[in-house]
Amino acid sequence: MQEDLNNKPGEQPQKESNEYLRELTQEKYKYGFTTDIHTDIIEKGLNEDVIRLISAKKNEPEWLLEFRLKAYRYWLTMEMPTWAHLDIPEIDYQAISYYADPTKKKEGPKSMDEVDPELIKTFNKLGIPLEEQMALSGMAVDAVMDSVSVKTTFRETLMEKGIIFCSFSEAVKEHPDLVQKYLGSVVGYRDNFYAALNSAVFSDGSFVYIPKGVRCPMELSTYFRINAANTGQFERTLIVADDDSYVSYLEGCTAPQRDENQLHAAIVEIVVHDRAEVKYSTVQNWYPGDAEGKGGIYNFVTKRGHCKGVDSKLSWTQVETGSAITWKYPSCILTGDNSVAEFYSVAVTNNYQQADTGTKMIHIGKNTRSTIVSKGISAGKSQNSYRGLVRVSEKADNARNYSQCDSLLLGSECGAHTFPYMDIHNETAIVEHEATTSKISEDQLFYCNQRGISTEDAVGLIVNGYAKEVINKLPMEFAVEAQKLLAISLEGSVG
Amino acid sequence: MLEVKDLHASINGKEILKGINLSIKKGEVHAIMGPNGSGKSTLSSVLVGHPSFEVTKGSVTFDGQDLLELSPEDRSHAGLFLSFQYPVEIPGVSMVNFMRAAVNEKRKYEGKPALTASEFLKLMREKRAVVELDNKLANRSVNEGFSGGEKKRNEIFQMAMLEPKLSILDETDSGLDIDALRIVAEGVNKLKTPETSCIVITHYQRLLDYIKPDVVHVLYKGRIVKTAGPELALEIEKRGFDWIKKELGE
Repeated sequence: MQEDLNNKPGEQPQKESNEYLRELTQEKYKYGFTTDIHTDIIEKGLNEDVIRLISAKKNEPEWLLEFRLKAYRYWLTMEMPTWAHLDIPEIDYQAISYYADPTKKKEGPKSMDEVDPELIKTFNKLGIPLEEQMALSGMAVDAVMDSVSVKTTFRETLMEKGIIFCSFSEAVKEHPDLVQKYLGSVVGYRDNFYAALNSAVFSDGSFVYIPKGVRCPMELSTYFRINAANTGQFERTLIVADDDSYVSYLEGCTAPQRDENQLHAAIVEIVVHDRAEVKYSTVQNWYPGDAEGKGGIYNFVTKRGHCKGVDSKLSWTQVETGSAITWKYPSCILTGDNSVAEFYSVAVTNNYQQADTGTKMIHIGKNTRSTIVSKGISAGKSQNSYRGLVRVSEKADNARNYSQCDSLLLGSECGAHTFPYMDIHNETAIVEHEATTSKISEDQLFYCNQRGISTEDAVGLIVNGYAKEVINKLPMEFAVEAQKLLAISLEGSVG
Repeated sequence: MLEVKDLHASINGKEILKGINLSIKKGEVHAIMGPNGSGKSTLSSVLVGHPSFEVTKGSVTFDGQDLLELSPEDRSHAGLFLSFQYPVEIPGVSMVNFMRAAVNEKRKYEGKPALTASEFLKLMREKRAVVELDNKLANRSVNEGFSGGEKKRNEIFQMAMLEPKLSILDETDSGLDIDALRIVAEGVNKLKTPETSCIVITHYQRLLDYIKPDVVHVLYKGRIVKTAGPELALEIEKRGFDWIKKELGE
């Protein structure tokens, strides 16, 4: 019998694993610092006056104020959704401040000279240089802190090709026709509780328009930073890719380390016209809370794209490592015939993090195709759910979907859940779903150790091997970043 | 090279090794035999630092270093290698990436620069030939979907890559047909130099037909109860272990 024990090292006593777990405590959240800067924060609370105040601060046209008020009145009739596999503490929406402006200027700065050096320093510290000569090659950045866009780089360069890349507030002023045409066209304010809330109080975000036939020559990206305490961030991003255009867009986000939770409820809308292609990548690294589950961001986000045109293509790639609670389902409506949609996701939860994330693929046009690859990684005492819907409508002849949902468990106190929904109304549809669950075992780690690979490196090797199908979809620079982030998020999580 | 003195070790509070003494010199091959449950695999696990086992007494020095002070990965870097009785599957991690990490970690420990991709692939090709390991296997995930024989061959391939000073072959012959046994054993012999040593844990003489031991030990109830030359293995093959138990007065 003893021989048997020897040969199954995985059967080692639980106590050892837990000690080991504690030993290798997680690396500190690298972006947890706060910027000490004078910020114009409006009083806490939410009512019509607050919405009018936000709208006034942004010098918005009347139609936009009306949009906000309609959304607000509708939101008042709604209740927080409870269907997700999440334990969300009650949120007091009157205890949040809905607008915080760290730039204190009436208009967005026109040159670097006008941006507060403190803000430039902050973004430098985050690895997002705002001086164009220092920027990563081939990438334009819109930097958003709290409720306001601080700076958008390479605007002029892009404008030469007719590409509009600016903050949402500027778009409202400079391209009101485009904004009015597309705002709420993919995610209506009645869509869900958080979408209604966002539509009422949204502050800044990015606006992208790629004109007909233009291939955007650089990666566009928005970097979201929450800084002020007791505020929520409600940004709004709108991307329109006109016929035969292409753009690759990346979103990153971080927040200071705080004991209280902060709400982040964003909307991303994407419209893809005939034969156009949009790649949207997210590396989500909001503060996840500490090892005891204190603090962290509530990330309640509605992201949806509309493949409106024939042969259009939309691809979502997300690497989700942050936030205390994530509620997010980047989705695609495939209206255009032959349109293609993809969703590639790696969601990591550690300690007390909770994630309920996935996608919806709504097939309406003929010969539409969608692919879902979801890789969940759960560690610590976290809960990680995949929730996905594949709907094929009556007219969607020859629709195809392939879904693959894998879960990787590290330790025995975490949970992985899969909720796939299929709603098929056309007999010609081919829908496939595959799912696996696996666990990193002590045997695997010891095997690596014996070959000279430390446990941390072994976890990194295994996790990156598991997630590589998704990581490979990210633009090069971010793939490397994401790999490191995966390893860091899981440090000390093996039991 | 390896000095084990009065080694006691236990798992879950139960003592398995009850005072092992073992001395292995450079260039020697030692066979360790013994009935099931005598502690053979425990000894190999303890030497490579498996965390499930607790050393309660005794000492182990390896090349003059206190082996028990080292982490499992540093024991590997110092030149200790275990060919696992049950090699572990690691889905998603290719053999190439796995070995590259292992080889470069060892080089880092030795203060050498990491191998470039082309240097590394050349080394892989060279060492694969030692155990006739198929290129396809080298491109698959670690041990995933390998047959029993392929897994054992893969162990010896890794041994070839890491060039250990002391290799422990834990029942490397179990589950192998005669052809696979020959390939594995020949691989081990090709890797053998006057500078390296080997511990062969086995139940059967047949592996020792290929890998000639200098010394044969019988492990029984956590102690080495008999040590002799290669003729001891032949005798055990013929007579089993009962006569040794009788000698011990059981």
